[in-house]
Amino acid sequence: MDPFVINTLASIVATAAPLVFAGVGETLTEKAGVVNLSLDGTILLSAMAAFAVAYNTGSLWLGFLVAALIGMAIASIVAVGSIALEQEQVAIGFVLTMMTADLSSFLGNPYVNLPGPYVGQQPIPFLADIPLIGPVFFRQNIVIYASYLLIVLAWWWMMRTQPGLKMRGVGERPASAFARGVDVNAVRYTYTALGGALVGIAGATYSLVVKLGWSHNHTAGNGWIALAIVIFGGWDPWKVAGGAYLFGALKALGSVLQRNPAFQNVPTQIFSTAPFAMMILFLALTSSGLTDRFLDLFSPKVRNRLEAIIRGRAPAALGQPFHRD
Amino acid sequence: MRVEMRQIHKSFGPVHANAGVDLTLEAGRIHGLLGENGAGKTTLMKILSGYQSMDSGEILIDGKPVTFASPAEAIRAGIGMLHQDPLDFPPMTVLDNFLLAFDDRLIPDRKRGEAMMLELAQRFNFPLNPHVAVERLTVGERQQLEIIRLLALGAQVIILDEPTTGISAPQKVQLFATLRRLAHEEGKAIVFVSHKLEEVEALCDEVTVLRRGKVTGHKPMPVPIDELVRMMFGQSIAMPDKPPVPLGEIVLRAEKLLITGHRLEIRDASLEARAGEVIGFAGMEGSGQSLFLRTIAGLIRPKRGHIFLDGEELTGRPYREFMRAGISLLPADRIDEGLVRGLTIAEHFPLRRETPFFIDWEENRRYVEKMIEFYNIKGRPETPVESLSGGNQQRVLLALQPPKLKVLIMEHPTRGLDIGSARWVWEQLLKRREDGTVILFTSADLDEIMTYSDRVVIFFSGQMYPPIRATDLTVEELGYRIGGRAAPDAEA
Repeated sequence: MDPFVINTLASIVATAAPLVFAGVGETLTEKAGVVNLSLDGTILLSAMAAFAVAYNTGSLWLGFLVAALIGMAIASIVAVGSIALEQEQVAIGFVLTMMTADLSSFLGNPYVNLPGPYVGQQPIPFLADIPLIGPVFFRQNIVIYASYLLIVLAWWWMMRTQPGLKMRGVGERPASAFARGVDVNAVRYTYTALGGALVGIAGATYSLVVKLGWSHNHTAGNGWIALAIVIFGGWDPWKVAGGAYLFGALKALGSVLQRNPAFQNVPTQIFSTAPFAMMILFLALTSSGLTDRFLDLFSPKVRNRLEAIIRGRAPAALGQPFHRD
Repeated sequence: MRVEMRQIHKSFGPVHANAGVDLTLEAGRIHGLLGENGAGKTTLMKILSGYQSMDSGEILIDGKPVTFASPAEAIRAGIGMLHQDPLDFPPMTVLDNFLLAFDDRLIPDRKRGEAMMLELAQRFNFPLNPHVAVERLTVGERQQLEIIRLLALGAQVIILDEPTTGISAPQKVQLFATLRRLAHEEGKAIVFVSHKLEEVEALCDEVTVLRRGKVTGHKPMPVPIDELVRMMFGQSIAMPDKPPVPLGEIVLRAEKLLITGHRLEIRDASLEARAGEVIGFAGMEGSGQSLFLRTIAGLIRPKRGHIFLDGEELTGRPYREFMRAGISLLPADRIDEGLVRGLTIAEHFPLRRETPFFIDWEENRRYVEKMIEFYNIKGRPETPVESLSGGNQQRVLLALQPPKLKVLIMEHPTRGLDIGSARWVWEQLLKRREDGTVILFTSADLDEIMTYSDRVVIFFSGQMYPPIRATDLTVEELGYRIGGRAAPDAEA
């Protein structure tokens, strides 16, 4: 196969990895009923911190650890503010986004455009030699491999384990979960912190793996994309990951087309904004009556399957505080 | 297992929902807990099943005092409750609903759980498919799932709160058969909470009646229906006399209305009302009387038929025009439908009064202060309406009504009010007749209906009967009629 195609596919997989971390992390948080809107700022701050720590200590892992802790701490502010203080989750998240973004610029100033440590290629023996799949998926590094594992693990945890069952219950109907003896708020704190840690790892993945180093607004915009992908993916880890790869592919396609002489007269902004427009179009289509008519063409059994695939629904209690009575 | 509740007290703000209630539940018996909406049945059962704390009182299981801090503790002690709106997880599968917090290992054994669930379902002939989402089930099937879930958790006492609301007739038959089997063959104690006399009569072994937070009777079944009605609705205390007012012309005319509600259809409903007339609408909760009155008020559009006010047709017009024409509705849910939660008393008046674009708040305040004094409202202009007692909320609602009205519709005008407030409300209503206002009202209090109505309209499960003059009726007869049957002497 054309090495250009393989390289492009491999870069899609790599650049999608931080969106997988952030998207799956936010999925876990939202499945428990909490919206952490601070993703964009959290990713910036943790990307900056990961780079700064790795630069100063020389330890990449310490960089990842600090990034995860920062993500966890910011998410915990959202959790405490919304659960204990009963403030609007959206408002807290929004303010945190702006604050952490500015903080990343301020604290990250000394590190702008410095060459620093990064995670290099770590091909997996044997698997890396499989034609096409090998170079695309297995000639990456441990962080990217961890993002594959996360997808499977998150799905398994949500759908197959008792804690996952409780987490989904808490996000759907906290009153019912409480009736069964589930500590609703403890579950929400746990998954908000866990999701936050994954968002922090997403930040470190940018500065240490896929978009090396640090600059002002280094990752700006990607947090919002991750939030959109959670909705696009219908709160399902597989589909959220699919959304991350699709977004990466659309972006890659844009840059490929841009270089093609046939599209020379098309403004470059078209290519950079097209993925967003296509996502909106997809969301609008899947929630329209048109989809219902399309689905009605199938037998009820097939219809239900199809509907489950293309349609996702927000956890019913998303963003709502829980009161006993 | 024997459960005793002793002297249970519970207040919500000014409302004494349970005022010293005693209740004893025995294994192997179906215990009916009967009472009108708001009588305190659900509060009592939520206390027993750990959802709500009590202010004072005690609960004994087999003679030993217990306290439940949560529903989970109650179910561990063997007490489970099936809520009116089942507490399940609609988008999740039946099996997930069954397993959640049941098989409490990290990875639940889904095969074993499914086998256990199906075995229980088969025992009671519940056609439950473990792999469909609960939201695709009917309310009856969701109840079935909750019942087997409670049984799987080892419930010895099962409380069902108004379980027949929203389920089909065959499901009801099956539910009753299941409850009989659970009680009489498997020795469970069943509490059947209902406001429907005929269901309690058909199912229960004994009955406790609650009224306004107090037990008005506890007897083994069968109990004569009229006795149950008296325990449920009671005799009211002396209320203001109703001086006769000569009736005027026909003001309101409803012709052959066809009204479809949530689960009810009313056909061929016609009514004529004269200026100054008071018409009481009697029926069990949800028999159609509210649907009819809300149609007259312009909130619900009839499928067929006509509504005339002073000869002018209003059918199909928006609610605003009904209001402008002089029809007003004071809903039973005063705080959520009648008033606006979060606004102060003073802020309510510009919503109903003609005010310029820029409201003159000083002028409004002086006006509101006058109204507060005149209507004897215990509150200040800046008091938020939700912190008022029910009686004062009703006073605010009445104070908001324009001085001239053609038709005033009241749902439960005195529900939840103390005697003084109730008396005052009726004085106001009766005074309005002198201006030719037609008063239409529903009430669960049959004495209230008999005392104030010129004519009475009876509803029974969607059927509207022609108006009867109140002088041709007795409270006992009315009690029989709203239960869907004729009085014994009428049958003879």
